[in-house]
Amino acid sequence: MIRLALLGVIALAGTISVTFGEETGRISADQMAKAAMSDTISIPTPGELFAALGKVGKINWAGQYRGPIPVTYRNRAQIALNLGGLIADGFIAVEAKDGQQVKNIGADIIKLAKALGVSEKLLGRGSSINEFAENNEWDTLQEELEATQNEVKSSMQSHADQDLVILVTLGGWIRGTQVVTSAIVQNYDERAAKVLRQPALVHFMGSKISEMSPELRDEPLVKNVSSELTKLEKLVSFPPGKAPNLDEVRKINETVSKLMEEIENKESPK
Amino acid sequence: MNRSLLIPLFVFALAISCTLRGDTDAEVQARKDALDVAAAFSNDGFKIRDGHWCGTVKPHEHSLVAVNLYAGNQYWFSAGATQPAKKIAVSVYDETGKQMTADNYDNGEKAAAGFAPTNSGEYFVSVDLVEGESSPFCLVYSYK
Repeated sequence: MIRLALLGVIALAGTISVTFGEETGRISADQMAKAAMSDTISIPTPGELFAALGKVGKINWAGQYRGPIPVTYRNRAQIALNLGGLIADGFIAVEAKDGQQVKNIGADIIKLAKALGVSEKLLGRGSSINEFAENNEWDTLQEELEATQNEVKSSMQSHADQDLVILVTLGGWIRGTQVVTSAIVQNYDERAAKVLRQPALVHFMGSKISEMSPELRDEPLVKNVSSELTKLEKLVSFPPGKAPNLDEVRKINETVSKLMEEIENKESPK
Repeated sequence: MNRSLLIPLFVFALAISCTLRGDTDAEVQARKDALDVAAAFSNDGFKIRDGHWCGTVKPHEHSLVAVNLYAGNQYWFSAGATQPAKKIAVSVYDETGKQMTADNYDNGEKAAAGFAPTNSGEYFVSVDLVEGESSPFCLVYSYK
Protein backbone atom coordinates (compact mmCIF):
# COMPACT_ATOMS: atom_id res chain seq x y z
CA MET A 1 0.00 0.00 0.00
CA ILE A 2 2.29 2.71 1.30
CA ARG A 3 5.11 1.22 -0.79
CA LEU A 4 3.17 2.09 -3.92
CA ALA A 5 3.43 5.70 -2.87
CA LEU A 6 7.19 5.37 -2.92
CA LEU A 7 7.04 5.22 -6.70
CA GLY A 8 5.89 8.78 -6.61
CA VAL A 9 8.86 9.97 -4.59
CA ILE A 10 11.59 8.45 -6.69
CA ALA A 11 12.07 11.98 -7.97
CA LEU A 12 13.37 12.91 -4.52
CA ALA A 13 17.07 12.26 -4.43
CA GLY A 14 17.56 10.08 -1.38
CA THR A 15 17.51 6.58 -0.05
CA ILE A 16 14.29 4.70 0.45
CA SER A 17 14.32 1.64 2.62
CA VAL A 18 11.76 -0.56 4.27
CA THR A 19 12.36 -2.01 7.71
CA PHE A 20 10.54 -5.32 7.23
CA GLY A 21 9.55 -6.77 10.54
CA GLU A 22 12.77 -5.76 12.25
CA GLU A 23 12.52 -4.98 15.94
CA THR A 24 14.87 -2.02 15.76
CA GLY A 25 14.10 -0.21 18.94
CA ARG A 26 11.85 0.81 21.78
CA ILE A 27 11.08 3.94 23.70
CA SER A 28 10.38 3.92 27.41
CA ALA A 29 7.16 4.82 29.23
CA ASP A 30 8.97 7.85 30.60
CA GLN A 31 9.89 9.02 27.09
CA MET A 32 6.29 8.53 25.94
CA ALA A 33 4.98 10.49 28.91
CA LYS A 34 7.27 13.39 28.00
CA ALA A 35 6.32 13.38 24.29
CA ALA A 36 5.02 16.67 22.95
CA MET A 37 1.30 17.10 22.27
CA SER A 38 0.42 19.63 19.64
CA ASP A 39 -3.11 20.67 18.75
CA THR A 40 -2.35 20.72 15.03
CA ILE A 41 -0.34 17.48 14.93
CA SER A 42 -1.61 15.28 17.75
CA ILE A 43 -5.33 15.78 17.06
CA PRO A 44 -6.64 14.31 13.81
CA THR A 45 -9.11 16.22 11.64
CA PRO A 46 -12.62 14.87 10.98
CA GLY A 47 -11.33 14.40 7.40
CA GLU A 48 -8.83 11.80 8.59
CA LEU A 49 -11.53 9.90 10.45
CA PHE A 50 -13.84 9.95 7.41
CA ALA A 51 -10.98 8.89 5.12
CA ALA A 52 -10.40 5.80 7.28
CA LEU A 53 -14.10 4.93 7.34
CA GLY A 54 -14.35 5.36 3.56
CA LYS A 55 -11.67 2.67 3.04
CA VAL A 56 -13.98 -0.08 4.22
CA GLY A 57 -16.88 0.50 1.86
CA LYS A 58 -19.09 3.04 0.19
CA ILE A 59 -20.63 5.43 2.71
CA ASN A 60 -23.82 7.39 2.08
CA TRP A 61 -22.29 10.67 3.21
CA ALA A 62 -25.29 12.77 2.14
CA GLY A 63 -27.42 10.54 4.39
CA GLN A 64 -25.39 11.86 7.34
CA TYR A 65 -26.37 15.52 6.88
CA ARG A 66 -28.30 17.23 9.68
CA GLY A 67 -30.65 20.16 9.43
CA PRO A 68 -29.35 23.74 9.72
CA ILE A 69 -28.37 24.75 13.24
CA PRO A 70 -29.01 28.18 14.81
CA VAL A 71 -26.12 30.57 14.30
CA THR A 72 -27.32 33.07 16.89
CA TYR A 73 -25.99 31.54 20.10
CA ARG A 74 -24.85 33.98 22.77
CA ASN A 75 -22.79 31.65 24.92
CA ARG A 76 -19.16 31.60 23.73
CA ALA A 77 -18.50 28.02 24.81
CA GLN A 78 -21.58 26.88 22.91
CA ILE A 79 -20.51 28.83 19.81
CA ALA A 80 -17.05 27.22 19.94
CA LEU A 81 -18.50 23.70 20.24
CA ASN A 82 -20.92 24.33 17.36
CA LEU A 83 -18.17 25.84 15.25
CA GLY A 84 -16.23 22.59 15.56
CA GLY A 85 -19.35 20.62 14.69
CA LEU A 86 -19.94 22.75 11.60
CA ILE A 87 -16.37 22.24 10.42
CA ALA A 88 -16.96 18.48 10.69
CA ASP A 89 -20.16 18.99 8.65
CA GLY A 90 -17.99 20.70 6.02
CA PHE A 91 -15.79 17.60 5.80
CA ILE A 92 -18.93 15.44 5.41
CA ALA A 93 -20.16 17.61 2.53
CA VAL A 94 -16.71 17.33 0.91
CA GLU A 95 -16.89 13.52 1.21
CA ALA A 96 -20.35 13.71 -0.39
CA LYS A 97 -18.87 15.97 -3.11
CA ASP A 98 -21.79 18.33 -2.60
CA GLY A 99 -20.67 21.84 -3.58
CA GLN A 100 -23.88 23.62 -2.52
CA GLN A 101 -23.82 22.00 0.92
CA VAL A 102 -20.15 22.98 1.36
CA LYS A 103 -21.02 26.59 0.49
CA ASN A 104 -23.97 26.64 2.93
CA ILE A 105 -21.84 25.25 5.73
CA GLY A 106 -18.97 27.61 4.86
CA ALA A 107 -21.34 30.56 5.25
CA ASP A 108 -22.53 29.29 8.66
CA ILE A 109 -18.93 28.77 9.81
CA ILE A 110 -18.12 32.39 9.00
CA LYS A 111 -21.27 33.63 10.82
CA LEU A 112 -20.40 31.69 13.98
CA ALA A 113 -16.74 32.67 13.80
CA LYS A 114 -17.71 36.32 13.51
CA ALA A 115 -19.93 35.96 16.58
CA LEU A 116 -16.76 35.02 18.46
CA GLY A 117 -15.06 38.11 17.07
CA VAL A 118 -12.33 36.15 15.33
CA SER A 119 -10.15 37.53 12.55
CA GLU A 120 -11.52 39.35 9.53
CA LYS A 121 -9.17 37.20 7.46
CA LEU A 122 -11.77 34.47 7.77
CA LEU A 123 -13.97 36.31 5.30
CA GLY A 124 -11.34 35.52 2.69
CA ARG A 125 -11.50 31.86 3.69
CA GLY A 126 -15.26 31.94 3.04
CA SER A 127 -14.64 33.15 -0.52
CA SER A 128 -12.02 30.47 -1.10
CA ILE A 129 -14.38 27.77 0.15
CA ASN A 130 -17.03 28.97 -2.31
CA GLU A 131 -14.56 29.08 -5.17
CA PHE A 132 -13.17 25.61 -4.51
CA ALA A 133 -16.70 24.21 -4.07
CA GLU A 134 -17.79 25.68 -7.41
CA ASN A 135 -14.77 24.12 -9.09
CA ASN A 136 -15.24 20.72 -7.39
CA GLU A 137 -11.74 20.89 -5.88
CA TRP A 138 -12.46 18.43 -3.09
CA ASP A 139 -8.91 17.78 -1.87
CA THR A 140 -8.19 21.50 -1.74
CA LEU A 141 -11.46 22.05 0.12
CA GLN A 142 -10.35 19.62 2.84
CA GLU A 143 -7.14 21.61 3.25
CA GLU A 144 -9.10 24.88 3.26
CA LEU A 145 -11.48 23.61 5.95
CA GLU A 146 -8.59 22.59 8.16
CA ALA A 147 -6.84 25.90 7.52
CA THR A 148 -10.08 27.71 8.44
CA GLN A 149 -10.30 25.75 11.68
CA ASN A 150 -6.65 26.54 12.49
CA GLU A 151 -7.18 30.21 11.73
CA VAL A 152 -10.21 30.32 14.04
CA LYS A 153 -8.13 28.70 16.79
CA SER A 154 -5.16 30.96 16.22
CA SER A 155 -7.41 34.02 16.32
CA MET A 156 -8.97 32.76 19.57
CA GLN A 157 -5.50 32.44 21.09
CA SER A 158 -4.62 36.00 20.18
CA HIS A 159 -7.93 37.19 21.67
CA ALA A 160 -7.18 35.50 25.01
CA ASP A 161 -9.83 32.89 24.26
CA GLN A 162 -7.31 30.06 24.60
CA ASP A 163 -9.78 27.99 26.64
CA LEU A 164 -12.26 27.94 23.78
CA VAL A 165 -9.81 26.37 21.34
CA ILE A 166 -10.24 22.86 22.72
CA LEU A 167 -14.02 23.25 22.50
CA VAL A 168 -13.77 23.79 18.73
CA THR A 169 -11.69 20.59 18.48
CA LEU A 170 -14.07 18.76 20.77
CA GLY A 171 -17.18 19.88 18.85
CA GLY A 172 -15.61 18.52 15.66
CA TRP A 173 -14.70 15.23 17.29
CA ILE A 174 -18.19 14.75 18.76
CA ARG A 175 -19.93 15.47 15.45
CA GLY A 176 -17.42 13.33 13.52
CA THR A 177 -17.89 10.44 15.93
CA GLN A 178 -21.68 10.79 15.71
CA VAL A 179 -21.53 10.47 11.92
CA VAL A 180 -19.06 7.59 11.91
CA THR A 181 -20.89 5.57 14.56
CA SER A 182 -24.19 6.20 12.78
CA ALA A 183 -22.74 4.89 9.49
CA ILE A 184 -21.28 1.83 11.25
CA VAL A 185 -24.57 1.08 13.02
CA GLN A 186 -26.38 1.24 9.66
CA ASN A 187 -23.96 -1.23 8.10
CA TYR A 188 -21.79 -2.90 10.73
CA ASP A 189 -18.29 -3.90 9.65
CA GLU A 190 -15.63 -4.89 12.15
CA ARG A 191 -12.88 -3.16 10.13
CA ALA A 192 -14.81 0.10 10.14
CA ALA A 193 -15.51 -0.17 13.88
CA LYS A 194 -11.76 -0.28 14.56
CA VAL A 195 -11.49 3.45 13.78
CA LEU A 196 -13.37 4.18 17.02
CA ARG A 197 -10.48 3.19 19.28
CA GLN A 198 -9.18 6.59 20.46
CA PRO A 199 -8.72 6.56 24.28
CA ALA A 200 -5.63 8.80 24.30
CA LEU A 201 -7.32 11.42 22.14
CA VAL A 202 -10.41 11.57 24.36
CA HIS A 203 -8.24 11.64 27.46
CA PHE A 204 -6.22 14.54 26.02
CA MET A 205 -9.36 16.58 25.27
CA GLY A 206 -10.69 15.83 28.77
CA SER A 207 -7.43 16.97 30.34
CA LYS A 208 -7.59 20.24 28.37
CA ILE A 209 -11.06 20.90 29.76
CA SER A 210 -9.69 20.38 33.29
CA GLU A 211 -7.14 23.13 32.56
CA MET A 212 -9.86 25.67 31.66
CA SER A 213 -10.69 28.63 33.86
CA PRO A 214 -13.04 27.61 36.70
CA GLU A 215 -15.76 29.97 35.35
CA LEU A 216 -15.83 28.31 31.95
CA ARG A 217 -15.47 24.81 33.38
CA ASP A 218 -18.48 25.43 35.64
CA GLU A 219 -20.79 26.43 32.80
CA PRO A 220 -23.58 23.82 32.61
CA LEU A 221 -22.88 22.83 29.00
CA VAL A 222 -19.11 22.52 29.50
CA LYS A 223 -19.66 20.63 32.75
CA ASN A 224 -21.93 18.16 31.03
CA VAL A 225 -19.63 17.73 28.03
CA SER A 226 -16.76 17.08 30.43
CA SER A 227 -18.70 14.47 32.37
CA GLU A 228 -19.88 12.70 29.19
CA LEU A 229 -16.31 12.74 27.90
CA THR A 230 -15.22 10.69 30.90
CA LYS A 231 -17.86 8.08 29.96
CA LEU A 232 -16.84 8.25 26.31
CA GLU A 233 -13.19 7.62 27.17
CA LYS A 234 -14.23 4.25 28.62
CA LEU A 235 -16.46 3.51 25.63
CA VAL A 236 -13.64 4.04 23.11
CA SER A 237 -11.03 2.14 25.15
CA PHE A 238 -10.75 -1.40 23.87
CA PRO A 239 -7.62 -3.52 23.43
CA PRO A 240 -5.53 -3.01 20.28
CA GLY A 241 -6.76 -5.28 17.51
CA LYS A 242 -10.23 -5.64 19.01
CA ALA A 243 -13.16 -3.89 17.36
CA PRO A 244 -16.27 -2.83 19.31
CA ASN A 245 -19.34 -4.93 18.55
CA LEU A 246 -22.57 -3.46 17.18
CA ASP A 247 -24.05 -2.83 20.64
CA GLU A 248 -20.91 -1.06 21.78
CA VAL A 249 -20.91 1.15 18.68
CA ARG A 250 -24.62 1.91 19.25
CA LYS A 251 -23.82 2.94 22.82
CA ILE A 252 -21.13 5.38 21.64
CA ASN A 253 -23.55 6.74 19.04
CA GLU A 254 -26.29 7.30 21.64
CA THR A 255 -23.87 9.11 23.95
CA VAL A 256 -22.47 11.47 21.30
CA SER A 257 -25.92 12.06 19.74
CA LYS A 258 -27.32 13.12 23.10
CA LEU A 259 -24.36 15.45 23.57
CA MET A 260 -24.73 16.87 20.07
CA GLU A 261 -28.41 17.58 20.72
CA GLU A 262 -27.48 19.52 23.82
CA ILE A 263 -24.71 21.43 22.03
CA GLU A 264 -27.12 22.43 19.25
CA ASN A 265 -29.97 23.33 21.60
CA LYS A 266 -30.54 27.08 21.52
CA GLU A 267 -31.74 27.16 25.14
CA SER A 268 -29.03 24.89 26.49
CA PRO A 269 -26.62 26.98 28.57
CA LYS A 270 -27.68 29.81 30.87
CA MET B 1 -6.71 26.20 -9.80
CA ASN B 2 -4.42 23.42 -10.96
CA ARG B 3 -3.38 21.18 -8.04
CA SER B 4 0.23 21.05 -9.21
CA LEU B 5 0.37 24.83 -8.80
CA LEU B 6 -1.29 24.71 -5.40
CA ILE B 7 1.41 22.60 -3.77
CA PRO B 8 4.31 25.07 -4.27
CA LEU B 9 1.91 27.90 -3.38
CA PHE B 10 0.95 26.06 -0.19
CA VAL B 11 4.64 25.62 0.72
CA PHE B 12 5.30 29.29 -0.02
CA ALA B 13 2.28 30.51 1.98
CA LEU B 14 3.23 28.38 4.98
CA ALA B 15 6.81 29.66 4.88
CA ILE B 16 5.48 33.23 4.83
CA SER B 17 3.13 32.53 7.74
CA CYS B 18 6.08 31.22 9.78
CA THR B 19 7.94 34.44 9.09
CA LEU B 20 4.94 36.51 10.16
CA ARG B 21 4.68 34.55 13.40
CA GLY B 22 8.30 35.31 14.21
CA ASP B 23 9.68 31.79 13.84
CA THR B 24 13.46 31.70 13.43
CA ASP B 25 15.02 31.56 9.97
CA ALA B 26 16.29 28.07 10.72
CA GLU B 27 12.80 26.89 11.67
CA VAL B 28 11.33 28.43 8.53
CA GLN B 29 13.94 26.63 6.42
CA ALA B 30 13.40 23.34 8.29
CA ARG B 31 9.67 23.62 7.78
CA LYS B 32 10.11 24.40 4.09
CA ASP B 33 12.32 21.31 3.74
CA ALA B 34 9.75 19.15 5.54
CA LEU B 35 7.01 20.47 3.26
CA ASP B 36 9.15 19.82 0.19
CA VAL B 37 9.39 16.16 1.18
CA ALA B 38 5.66 15.97 2.02
CA ALA B 39 4.76 17.65 -1.29
CA ALA B 40 6.26 14.72 -3.18
CA PHE B 41 3.77 12.38 -1.49
CA SER B 42 0.89 14.67 -2.48
CA ASN B 43 1.28 13.39 -6.02
CA ASP B 44 0.11 10.04 -4.68
CA GLY B 45 -2.98 11.52 -3.09
CA PHE B 46 -1.60 12.22 0.39
CA LYS B 47 -3.15 15.33 1.95
CA ILE B 48 -0.78 17.51 3.97
CA ARG B 49 -2.10 18.52 7.38
CA ASP B 50 -2.16 22.27 8.00
CA GLY B 51 0.03 21.99 11.07
CA HIS B 52 3.62 21.41 12.04
CA TRP B 53 5.76 20.60 15.01
CA CYS B 54 9.16 22.22 15.43
CA GLY B 55 11.92 21.60 17.95
CA THR B 56 15.61 20.84 18.26
CA VAL B 57 17.22 17.51 17.41
CA LYS B 58 19.99 16.63 19.82
CA PRO B 59 22.57 13.83 19.82
CA HIS B 60 21.40 10.62 21.55
CA GLU B 61 17.95 12.03 22.25
CA HIS B 62 14.58 11.22 20.67
CA SER B 63 12.42 14.24 19.85
CA LEU B 64 8.97 12.74 20.31
CA VAL B 65 5.47 13.91 19.46
CA ALA B 66 2.23 12.00 20.11
CA VAL B 67 -0.17 11.48 17.20
CA ASN B 68 -3.55 9.76 16.98
CA LEU B 69 -3.93 7.61 13.88
CA TYR B 70 -6.75 5.62 12.29
CA ALA B 71 -6.51 2.01 11.10
CA GLY B 72 -7.06 1.93 7.35
CA ASN B 73 -5.33 5.23 6.62
CA GLN B 74 -1.79 5.60 5.34
CA TYR B 75 0.52 8.27 6.72
CA TRP B 76 3.83 9.94 5.86
CA PHE B 77 5.70 11.86 8.56
CA SER B 78 8.18 14.22 6.90
CA ALA B 79 10.90 16.15 8.68
CA GLY B 80 13.52 18.69 7.71
CA ALA B 81 16.43 20.03 9.76
CA THR B 82 19.09 22.63 9.10
CA GLN B 83 22.88 22.63 9.44
CA PRO B 84 24.79 21.67 11.56
CA ALA B 85 22.56 18.55 11.44
CA LYS B 86 23.88 16.33 8.66
CA LYS B 87 21.54 13.38 8.83
CA ILE B 88 18.23 12.83 10.58
CA ALA B 89 15.78 9.91 10.79
CA VAL B 90 12.06 9.61 11.45
CA SER B 91 10.58 6.60 13.26
CA VAL B 92 7.13 5.57 14.51
CA TYR B 93 6.38 3.77 17.80
CA ASP B 94 3.13 2.33 19.09
CA GLU B 95 1.54 3.05 22.46
CA THR B 96 3.67 0.35 24.14
CA GLY B 97 6.86 1.96 22.88
CA LYS B 98 7.55 -0.68 20.23
CA GLN B 99 9.04 0.60 16.98
CA MET B 100 6.74 0.06 14.02
CA THR B 101 7.70 -1.26 10.62
CA ALA B 102 7.81 1.73 8.30
CA ASP B 103 8.93 2.81 4.88
CA ASN B 104 11.80 5.22 5.31
CA TYR B 105 13.05 8.03 3.12
CA ASP B 106 16.45 9.45 4.02
CA ASN B 107 18.28 12.30 2.37
CA GLY B 108 20.70 13.91 4.79
CA GLU B 109 18.85 16.56 6.77
CA LYS B 110 15.51 15.51 5.24
CA ALA B 111 13.78 12.28 6.20
CA ALA B 112 10.34 10.69 6.27
CA ALA B 113 8.58 7.60 7.58
CA GLY B 114 5.56 6.04 5.87
CA PHE B 115 3.25 4.01 8.06
CA ALA B 116 -0.11 2.25 7.70
CA PRO B 117 -1.48 1.38 11.19
CA THR B 118 -3.51 -1.77 11.64
CA ASN B 119 -4.84 -0.49 14.96
CA SER B 120 -6.32 2.94 15.65
CA GLY B 121 -4.96 4.87 18.61
CA GLU B 122 -1.97 6.74 19.90
CA TYR B 123 1.46 6.50 18.29
CA PHE B 124 4.69 8.40 18.80
CA VAL B 125 6.77 9.91 16.02
CA SER B 126 10.44 10.38 16.73
CA VAL B 127 12.87 12.68 14.94
CA ASP B 128 16.47 11.67 15.64
CA LEU B 129 19.84 13.17 14.87
CA VAL B 130 21.97 10.52 13.15
CA GLU B 131 24.94 12.68 12.18
CA GLY B 132 25.95 16.26 12.99
CA GLU B 133 25.18 18.63 15.83
CA SER B 134 22.03 19.90 17.57
CA SER B 135 19.80 21.77 15.11
CA PRO B 136 16.25 23.05 14.68
CA PHE B 137 13.87 20.72 12.85
CA CYS B 138 10.26 20.70 11.73
CA LEU B 139 7.84 17.82 11.18
CA VAL B 140 4.67 17.78 9.08
CA TYR B 141 2.41 14.88 8.22
CA SER B 142 0.19 13.78 5.42
CA TYR B 143 -2.44 11.07 5.10
CA LYS B 144 -4.71 9.31 2.65
